[in-house]
Amino acid sequence: MQLLFERSKPGRRLSLIAECDVPAVDFGDATRAQAPRLPQISEVDLGRHYTELAKQTHGVNDGFYPLGSCTMKYNPRINEELSQLPGFTGIHPLQPAESAQGCLEVIARTGEMLAEITGMDEMTLQPAAGAHGEFTGLQLIRAYHLDRGDAKRTKIIVPDSAHGTNPASAVMVGFDVVAVPSNAQGGVDLEALKAAVGEDTAGLMLTNPNTLGLFDPNILEITRIIHEAGGLCYYDGANLNAVMGHARPGDMGFDCVHVNLHKTFSTPHGGGGPGSGPVGCKDFLAKFLPGPLVKKGEEGYEFFTPEASMGRVRSFYGNFLVVVRALAYILTLGKEGIPEASANAVLNANYLLHRLCDEFSIPYGDSCMHEFVIDVEPLKHETGASAMDVAKRMLDFGVHPPTMYFPLIVHEALMVEPTETESPETLDAFVEILRSIYDEAQTDGELLHQAPFTRFIGRPDEVTAARKPLLRYQFDGE
Amino acid sequence: MGSYIPATQAEREDLMRACGLNSLEDLYAIVPPEARVSELDLEPGLSEMEVADKVGAIADKNVRFKSIFRGAGAYHHYIPSIVKTITSKEEFVTAYTPYQAEISQGVLQSIFEYQTQICELTGMDVSNASVYDGATAAAEAVIMLEERKRSGVVICGGVDPQTQQVVKTYCASRNIPTTTIEGGLTTQPAELARVLEGTTNASVLVQSPNFFGSLEDVAGLAEAAHAAKAKLIMSANPISLGILKTPAELGADVAVGEGQPLGMPLAFGGPYLGYMATTQKNMRKLPGRIVGQTADDEGRRAFVLTLQAREQHIRREKASSNICSNQALCAMTASVYLAAVGPDGLARVASNSAAHAHYLAGELAGLGFKTLNEGTFFNEFVTSCPIDATVLMKALETKGILGGLPIEQGILWCCTELNTKERIDELVSALKEVL
Repeated sequence: MQLLFERSKPGRRLSLIAECDVPAVDFGDATRAQAPRLPQISEVDLGRHYTELAKQTHGVNDGFYPLGSCTMKYNPRINEELSQLPGFTGIHPLQPAESAQGCLEVIARTGEMLAEITGMDEMTLQPAAGAHGEFTGLQLIRAYHLDRGDAKRTKIIVPDSAHGTNPASAVMVGFDVVAVPSNAQGGVDLEALKAAVGEDTAGLMLTNPNTLGLFDPNILEITRIIHEAGGLCYYDGANLNAVMGHARPGDMGFDCVHVNLHKTFSTPHGGGGPGSGPVGCKDFLAKFLPGPLVKKGEEGYEFFTPEASMGRVRSFYGNFLVVVRALAYILTLGKEGIPEASANAVLNANYLLHRLCDEFSIPYGDSCMHEFVIDVEPLKHETGASAMDVAKRMLDFGVHPPTMYFPLIVHEALMVEPTETESPETLDAFVEILRSIYDEAQTDGELLHQAPFTRFIGRPDEVTAARKPLLRYQFDGE
Repeated sequence: MGSYIPATQAEREDLMRACGLNSLEDLYAIVPPEARVSELDLEPGLSEMEVADKVGAIADKNVRFKSIFRGAGAYHHYIPSIVKTITSKEEFVTAYTPYQAEISQGVLQSIFEYQTQICELTGMDVSNASVYDGATAAAEAVIMLEERKRSGVVICGGVDPQTQQVVKTYCASRNIPTTTIEGGLTTQPAELARVLEGTTNASVLVQSPNFFGSLEDVAGLAEAAHAAKAKLIMSANPISLGILKTPAELGADVAVGEGQPLGMPLAFGGPYLGYMATTQKNMRKLPGRIVGQTADDEGRRAFVLTLQAREQHIRREKASSNICSNQALCAMTASVYLAAVGPDGLARVASNSAAHAHYLAGELAGLGFKTLNEGTFFNEFVTSCPIDATVLMKALETKGILGGLPIEQGILWCCTELNTKERIDELVSALKEVL
């Protein structure tokens, strides 16, 4: 595949911008010495370049995508279409509020519905992604303690099965991280938790169901332990797709949450964003939220900034067009469709678990929520084929592999999340693929080290990439 | 009710039977009763037809102005048709972060191309794959430049106010001191040197063209910063870099900015794009995803996410940032935009925007709106306002024109290549009617 720069020929161009109709400005010595070496390319070549790149990209529409903790469900087309309405895309963020009532309504109504689904009282849609939501939620916890004049609460408790963003976000907000181990059932070890809390506990970050796909049955006890120690409980909504309409973080004892619109609420992931990570909280934390928020006033929707706001976490109001898509999704599913989506996501995961548990080791439990973790260790021990090898072989079958080597407490982990939008045929086909890979491993485990065999490239040399970083195109003579 | 679940009722029952379940409710038997919710207080679901109608009606409540003279961090530029076509390809739209390189070469190569283009625009050595927006890019830059013995950022007063607020939020909780140089539409190097004297600040944040449209003396500010052993972060509108000196030429250590003008619609503030680039020396401090070139086992060129030892999923609490999802599709949008316009097209967008702004400033001066910028400005400028700004803006809005942004100092006007002479002349006649 040529790079854009290798397709470039001096003098090729598109004709996009009209000639200037007023006198030019001379910027004199503020002018750059050399023009940027952007590609010079014809429109037809530009189109073909990206068509080639698209062929070497695997999206949800290209095939099954059981990437655990990422909820790669189908991205409805209508949501895309509605997010591209000129009545949304053409609106300046600093237009007077009375001329942007539709946008304010999108923010207000989506916030209300997300608050209902999570059991919270107030939402901000400003955070741009899940980790950004964690950052915002932890800022709420920090603001709450400082507001009470309690500056000694410097520690955030995070289970060892947590997403890597949890401890990283805690540090971004200036907290120290205390890791608590999981118990034999994969849940939080209550004794370890009791030992970890104290007068320096600011709060707990928890995903429930956790990254093993297990709902922690001690959840009420866990949040009570934190509250009794004077801390607050933060719900990482990465796995909300398991419980929507069945259990709400607010009812589990959580004080604030983030949700990932690009997971649970079907907005596309775009190859790594834009996402959206709205944060919800109980009433007593609402005064610390970032502003502006939207409320309904006497003359329509209006902006306001909470009295003790932590300040902005991003410019303007968040990834607005992502919010439009989520609004369309929630309106489509409605009060019955939301819990139905979750129940079927859990059903699909349990079906896969039951069909795979004979060949593969599934260390935690004989049932799961929306995802489960396969441990490839026994297979590796027996045949030499690792989680990586099994994952890479799946690529040959047009399936995106599950999340590999996570959570860290399972060493040869493959974390499988089918979502509700896959049919029984797709699930059955996946089972057959995994079984055939299992058989291949029995026959010749070493062969799988070379997989994949049919993709555009084989396994890339990641070690050289990191040791001798080549992070931009080198032009001739460089 | 709408649904995207393929399994029919009969199939669901088959799946349940295979799992030994009697009902879907059994799946939630593990949830304590106190944490169960029986029903959500939401409206019943709708068909696609009804949703299209409902959301369309909400969009219709917004006013679309036929002519926009407001910028202040969000810019109304022409978006080439091919940019939209390419970035709505379903493969790109529906893919996840490219963890599996063998089936993600398309996304990975596009990020590598984006990184190269950002390096070309800024003159820097290394770019990341994007952060959330220009404001968070500035905040991340401040954090990456913190050292064990040097802490704190000095913010020049011309930095976008929202960026200043975001930087302060990020700094406050980590006890990173922030100092703002207030007053005037630009910051003088001598003033910065005075503020830095005797301090151990780690960085200085400047924006040029700044919030008021003025070009700052970035080279002078960089010299003052470096003399006090602080690093310089320069935020720049990427369109301006089509013609103006690069952050590298001006002595900046980190270049950041809001990438929205590169092919993204106004969209009520997002999704936008934070770009972030730095020198070779700071490469391993850069937060976020970075794509590198390598080869596969047969020696074919291949692209991978690299230098991951900086990142949260590997380093957890020791990561350089918590960022995970960024703005990948927006970065691709910028990359396609830059390839479509090319070096000449980008220069034309930049020079036309500036020319229109200077023409407008001249016309406005004739009506009593005095330009307050002292030095050179790019495509934005501040004027006094001879009458009440709110009344003025209201009158323009009734004519389908979104005027400049009323700010403390007066009115902040903006032009792009779309604010043609004809549009400007329409604005001027509308103003004459109001005055």
